[in-house]
Amino acid sequence: MSKSIAELGEISKTVRREILKMITKAGSGHPGGSLSSTDLVVALYFSKMKHDSGNPTDPERDKFVLSKGHACPLLYAVLAEAGYFPKEELSSLRKLGSILQGHPDRNKVPGIEASTGSLGQGLSIANGIALADRLDKRNSRTYCLLGCGESQEGQVWEAAMAAAHYKLDNLCAIIDKNNLQIDGKTCEVMNIEPVAEKWMAFGWNVIEIDGHNFGEILKAFDESKKVKGKPTMIVAKTVKGKGVSFMENVCGFHGKALTEEELAKAVEELK
Amino acid sequence: MTDAIATREAYGNTLAELGEKNRAIVVLDADLSKSTKSATFAAKFPERFFDVGVAEANMVGIAAGFAIAGKIPFASSFAVFATGRVFDQIRVSVAYSNLNVKIVGSHAGLATGEDGATHQATEDIALMRSLPNMSVISPADGVETRLAVESMAANPGPVYLRTSRLKTPAIFDESYNFKIGKGTIIGDGSDVSIIATGIMVSKAVEAAELLKKNGISARLINMASIKPLDEQLVLKAAKETAGIVSCEDHSVIGGLGSAIAETISEKHPAKLHRIGLNDKFGESGKPDELYKKFSMDAAAIAASAKNLLNKTGE
Repeated sequence: MSKSIAELGEISKTVRREILKMITKAGSGHPGGSLSSTDLVVALYFSKMKHDSGNPTDPERDKFVLSKGHACPLLYAVLAEAGYFPKEELSSLRKLGSILQGHPDRNKVPGIEASTGSLGQGLSIANGIALADRLDKRNSRTYCLLGCGESQEGQVWEAAMAAAHYKLDNLCAIIDKNNLQIDGKTCEVMNIEPVAEKWMAFGWNVIEIDGHNFGEILKAFDESKKVKGKPTMIVAKTVKGKGVSFMENVCGFHGKALTEEELAKAVEELK
Repeated sequence: MTDAIATREAYGNTLAELGEKNRAIVVLDADLSKSTKSATFAAKFPERFFDVGVAEANMVGIAAGFAIAGKIPFASSFAVFATGRVFDQIRVSVAYSNLNVKIVGSHAGLATGEDGATHQATEDIALMRSLPNMSVISPADGVETRLAVESMAANPGPVYLRTSRLKTPAIFDESYNFKIGKGTIIGDGSDVSIIATGIMVSKAVEAAELLKKNGISARLINMASIKPLDEQLVLKAAKETAGIVSCEDHSVIGGLGSAIAETISEKHPAKLHRIGLNDKFGESGKPDELYKKFSMDAAAIAASAKNLLNKTGE
């Protein structure tokens, strides 16, 4: 499923529209961090990852763990776009009986590897998957997306240490560094900088990119495959609310649905 | 009869045997493998053993990842760190995810002794029992531990296994048939019932002998499977004897005694006395001194049974 950069850009627009539509329909959800991660996840599912929506449990698949589980509207939109379940399901987000829970449930949605939502747990899970793939000599890669506020969780650093210790070169993590968290600017709430240096000090191969530039994103994933003996962390500089002028870099859109009027405006911008 | 052995030893030995036949088994520990006895597996299968260091949260997550990729992970540490320290990790990454992860907590209860309250898990059953999808097993001796570990490896789903540091006398012989969700009558009796779990079973055996000398016939039930609980056996005891004494090396809040109370109060109200830590932390000391101090020894169990019978007669 290797799409061109132009095609990826179109898919990202569609996915961003779906994210905002489903959150508005649900009346709640997390649009800001879903939009900042969109290009990264679209690049994985439509260009770099080996996966098959018709066989979501194929042991040979590449695996994706969304550690920042609150960005699940993004993952739902991507999985629907990739054919894991009908797109009509998206309108059921957060509704009683829906497979699309407020945070992702691996037992309800085909294609979801890990149930997440309590921050800080995903990278450990990704470590376990990567270790198992290596034990079974599978040619599979594991990807894990973390938030920048999420990096304040201590477990992330336990996992960082372990992945380097086990030399997990089949693991590639991405940090969606949009510099905002619920209570404000990450540097003011609890400074996580210098991020790249921290991961380097923990023994990771670190690549810094613009998280909205598909050329840089694809190149980084290719590079991560070539590095032997250590895991790769892609530090992606992103913009919270990316793609919608009035949402960009606005902390208030972390966990708030757009009104119908705002949605109409946003969808117009995303055409 | 088999020799006295600590349940943690039986755990390590069984894993090392199972590892031969079942290549899907992987074992994790957080720098306590010599104490939890997962080191027995590690010596035989180093490539399937992962010491994650002093990082229990990461251990639980790695175990979850292993399970996602088709492995059968056993993650061991002291029961305090294997449960309470990582309750949310177990809640979300294991129980809510309904993954085939086996959490094994050694050094449960006052049996941990000299290390004191920080290292004596006395709320772990309560914590694990509260989680949907999670089973809780607390075996009484070496044979029961072996059978429990075999059953855990063979049946998918999250399980918490609770083992103990101290050697426990053999309760069962090789003819014993362990089944999750089933308790066992190990000594029949008609006056009062004693339902015990883990290391307390051997104390309950002693207590039943003390009672016998006083002309009291106690029904002795081993309840390794705390969740799912063998409700039929509990209700039978409630109906056929004057009451139940529950015994656990754990707080009386949230453990076996609570599970029994929940069952009988809803389905067949009966007298219940709970032996265990009475809303207290333990302290440093020799295990036998601690059991005496906290009224959890055989004498205390027997006295509690007598007391229950006396009150019933009033």
